[in-house]
Amino acid sequence: MADVVVEQGQAVRAARARKPASLRNVLGRKSTVAFFLTLPLILLIALLVLYPAVYSVHLATLNKSMQKFVGFGNFLFLFKRDTFWMVVKQSCIFAVTAVFFKALIGFIVAHFVHNIPAKGQRKWRGMLLVPWVIPPAMSTLAWLWLFDPSYSAFNYTLSFFGIGPINWLGDNVWARFSVILVNIWYGAPFFMIMYLAALKSVPDQLYEAAAIDGANWWQKIWYVTLPMMRNIIAITALFSLIVTFANFDIVRILTSGGPLDQTHIFATWAFKVGIEGSDIPLGASVSLFMVPILAVAAIFILRDVSKRGNEA
Amino acid sequence: MSRKTLTRRQFVAATAMSSAALITAPYVRGAYAAGKLSIGFWDHWVPNANDASTAMVKAWGEKEKVEVSIDYITSNNNKIQLTVAAEAQAKSGHDILQMPTWWPHAYAENLEPVNDVMEPLIKQNGEVNGTVKYLGQAGGKWLAVPATPGSQIKGPCSRIDLMKKHAGIDVQEMYPVGAPAKADNWTLETFLKAAEACHKGGVPFGIGLGETTDSVDTAGAIFQSFGAELVNAKGDVTVKTDAVRQALEYYKKLIAFLPPDAPSWDDASNNKWLISGRGAMILNPPSAWAVARRDAPQIAEQCWTHGMPSGPKGRFAPYLPYFWGLWSFSKNKEAAKSLLTYLSQPSSIEKFVAASGGYDLPAYANMTTLKTWAEEGPPKGTLYHYPNPNNHQTLSIAASPAPPKIAQQIYFQATLTKMALRYAQGEKMEATLAWAEGECEGFMRS
Repeated sequence: MADVVVEQGQAVRAARARKPASLRNVLGRKSTVAFFLTLPLILLIALLVLYPAVYSVHLATLNKSMQKFVGFGNFLFLFKRDTFWMVVKQSCIFAVTAVFFKALIGFIVAHFVHNIPAKGQRKWRGMLLVPWVIPPAMSTLAWLWLFDPSYSAFNYTLSFFGIGPINWLGDNVWARFSVILVNIWYGAPFFMIMYLAALKSVPDQLYEAAAIDGANWWQKIWYVTLPMMRNIIAITALFSLIVTFANFDIVRILTSGGPLDQTHIFATWAFKVGIEGSDIPLGASVSLFMVPILAVAAIFILRDVSKRGNEA
Repeated sequence: MSRKTLTRRQFVAATAMSSAALITAPYVRGAYAAGKLSIGFWDHWVPNANDASTAMVKAWGEKEKVEVSIDYITSNNNKIQLTVAAEAQAKSGHDILQMPTWWPHAYAENLEPVNDVMEPLIKQNGEVNGTVKYLGQAGGKWLAVPATPGSQIKGPCSRIDLMKKHAGIDVQEMYPVGAPAKADNWTLETFLKAAEACHKGGVPFGIGLGETTDSVDTAGAIFQSFGAELVNAKGDVTVKTDAVRQALEYYKKLIAFLPPDAPSWDDASNNKWLISGRGAMILNPPSAWAVARRDAPQIAEQCWTHGMPSGPKGRFAPYLPYFWGLWSFSKNKEAAKSLLTYLSQPSSIEKFVAASGGYDLPAYANMTTLKTWAEEGPPKGTLYHYPNPNNHQTLSIAASPAPPKIAQQIYFQATLTKMALRYAQGEKMEATLAWAEGECEGFMRS
């Protein structure tokens, strides 16, 4: 019995002695240090991203005068509006078309740049990145002047070839074309630089082996380049899809959603309804409608990426 | 080492002096004894017009011992509307904020009623027009004080030479300086014939068909001239009426004579149209003429601002008043009301009008014949009829008389111009009306 007491006492003392040591261990762990180092960023994200996101969800559940909780009432109202479904359709056309062409042009240009000798490559990379580094609101203003209804520089140039004048921003089809074109011009350099980085990481031996096997240029792209770049293509496409869906400045500056609402996308229509129409809850609901669409796209793309990562 | 002791007498004297100082301190008028006040003014288009506002507010602050801070907020890209929305949400910001047209009603719950400011001002300066009451009052309460800076009429600004040459109309004779208008024949039919003649002459009227305010305001005035209302004052949808059909038929004929790119015009397009010399008329406040005076004087001296043509139900001119709203969360309401009264005195109004070169319009009946409008030029007297000196036309805003919160939706969704454009582009009349009816029903949410 006495032995037991002594042992118990030792056990208690040992536990007491271990406590400060374990706290030190916890603080000394790499993961804890990493957590504390990232804490400022986590707090910043919570303040600037999480809070507005939660607040906009809260706003979307209020009535127009923001005095009554209506649950999903705003969404149910939107589902009955033809204009809303037109905006959904246009946003999808805008984002999917723009991302496809940005990726295609980025892929092609990345190959061209990749084949330039290393000495002169840097200045080409710099020049091709210019559209992406200019603030889009500013560069879109320049495009607006090029498309200007009455004094379009494009129409002036086309007139020498007996073409036009084209109603760039006043005709439904041309207006859609114009906003997508400017978005492609702005976003393609991002794809180009990402794909260029991916191309540089493809081992030359693979191309050499393919050449020995008698592969032509298309087969090299299809069987070597594309499989090696699949993950980067998926990630850039997802990232760009999110940014393009949420685009505001290009459409706002070029057409403000017109003519006849034919170029409105989620963000511009949300602004129209929420700020200009003083219906902030409905505007918040329009903005939030993007979330499930993008979430579904993100789940599919990221699942595919992680599956391939595991296979590797 | 000597030590000074405090006598009983010294102690009593010191205590009495300290108490007296503490009690009287609040009544001593220091430089800013009446507290602080912050104002958000609309950032004026006209160069140096802001200086007049600053000088007036500064003079008032010095006299009333109030420390005043002023911010000038642009209306470009709706910055001023965003500021109103943000301050209403945060319940914090300026004490007084200038807000355009529909915003007093949109944020009525957050605004301090200003009947005690408006009633004496109306007695002093004369009655305000119906649109000011429609936009500035709710349930007998004044929500805000009509502001002179920024308030405007978007009537025709015609080229004297081109209208004479192509349409055979002498706009100076129709709207003479210093005399009432002789515009009985200035009807929508005459307007349409003039539009056709100028179109044939290669100088079409510059009327936008976009979704920004200039396009919507013109459509609003033409619809009202036919008595066409999409939603009536009671809030009933009245789209499928003969008046709306007539207005659409008229607009379809007019659109045929407008520039083909008019559907993509914004509020700057019509100004550029006039200043570049490509058109015989635009519907705009005198800002286009003011810029032409600086950049294209040969065009400015041919410009004449005048009244709208009349339709079957009257002569309506697009009018957009600005307001000064006092937030209910302001911490210095009395000082704010005093400043609003000061800024609405005839002497202040005269300074605003002079500083803006006649652009700014006071809301009060007794203030429409100031000398600035008679004297501005060239040509001298070009702005005489701009402030509607003879009550020749009804000042109105598009989408009225619908309840303001519904009308705001019709206005900013540009339902009127969209209807006109849809019909003109070949949609069937009944399909256009059905579309507009659906839209208006959607605007009824509360």
